[in-house]
Amino acid sequence: MLDIAVSYNKYKFLGDEFLTWILYLVENEINIKPMLAMECNTVSLKLGNSIVLENSLGDESSEKITIKGDDAGLEEGTTALRKGAVVTDMNLIFTVDENEWRFSIKGESMNITGLKTPATGKVESQDDIEGAVLEKIELYSIPLQAIDTLFEYFIKKRVSDQWKNIEIPAMRQWISL
Amino acid sequence: MGLLSSSVSISRYRVEGTFESSILESVRTGLTKNIISQIEDEYAEISVGWTPMESAFEPDFEKFAFSFGTYFAFSLRIDKKSVPSKIIQKYVALEVIKKLKETHRDFLSRNEKTDIKDLITEKLMRQMPSTPNTYDVMWDYENASVLFFSTQKAATEELETLFKKSFQLKLIRLFPFTMIECSSTLKDEEKDLAANLASTKLLR
Repeated sequence: MLDIAVSYNKYKFLGDEFLTWILYLVENEINIKPMLAMECNTVSLKLGNSIVLENSLGDESSEKITIKGDDAGLEEGTTALRKGAVVTDMNLIFTVDENEWRFSIKGESMNITGLKTPATGKVESQDDIEGAVLEKIELYSIPLQAIDTLFEYFIKKRVSDQWKNIEIPAMRQWISL
Repeated sequence: MGLLSSSVSISRYRVEGTFESSILESVRTGLTKNIISQIEDEYAEISVGWTPMESAFEPDFEKFAFSFGTYFAFSLRIDKKSVPSKIIQKYVALEVIKKLKETHRDFLSRNEKTDIKDLITEKLMRQMPSTPNTYDVMWDYENASVLFFSTQKAATEELETLFKKSFQLKLIRLFPFTMIECSSTLKDEEKDLAANLASTKLLR
């Protein structure tokens, strides 16, 4: 295996491309349920209240576009994508049936920040702790497992001819609209 | 930031290796041998150790649980001393004035000023109590997975070092490349192809 620091920097573009592909899925309302194969009635992914795009300008300089706000438009984002930017960080709302998770994900590290799970019961005594811990672990595992599955799905596509022949033309058409 | 908080940040790890003897006892021993020290070392700038998730200031794994169902959950505590630079500046300035008066001189050399600053910093560091920070760890031993409830670089580095020292198991940080390498769903051929990918240009 490559040195960790080298592999982190060399392949961080894959994380950013993954998030860009996620934005494409979200904006085009592509059904992610068949990709996740989860046992549920409905599952969806929506863009939350922030997104960061970066356009590498060469010479180690880059242009960064941050869009924040609950009802913020994505016009600047699509303009940036048209100029060659990729999504480096985004806030997502993940819904499974009536349960909702909100979190931000960073492409290069896949770090999750600000993860909010569906509401859980209050811990009122020492006896409640074990149940609360197990409930939270279960709730964290659902979006994390979904990210892993979507990432693997993306990589399978990314290394196949489908990427060049189907996904790239479709994404180019989306950003040019 | 804790596992039970309403909003959490998570760094993810894969655990390389397994225990040869009892899992529960190996974890208990690793935690107990590396608990956070109760006695503050006045000369140490940083002190790192484990403590139960339920008790940041009573690191007793006999009294508090670290095993929850099939998971292990505990906390990493990092006690760090730091003296605000303005306080150092103030005491250095006072010491310089004192020294100039004592020696009837108009200025001190660069080396003298550096020596004063080093002495003052060391003295203040000894007097300063350390600031404790705790970060929860969730270990799913069966699935060789660890969730660390922080994304701060300094905290993740301390976790990786202490985990290896305590359990003789290596943590592999999960990011795009390692997620591909550690995937059990992707075929070897797909992993090889992914390793040779170049970035996509959506721009025509």
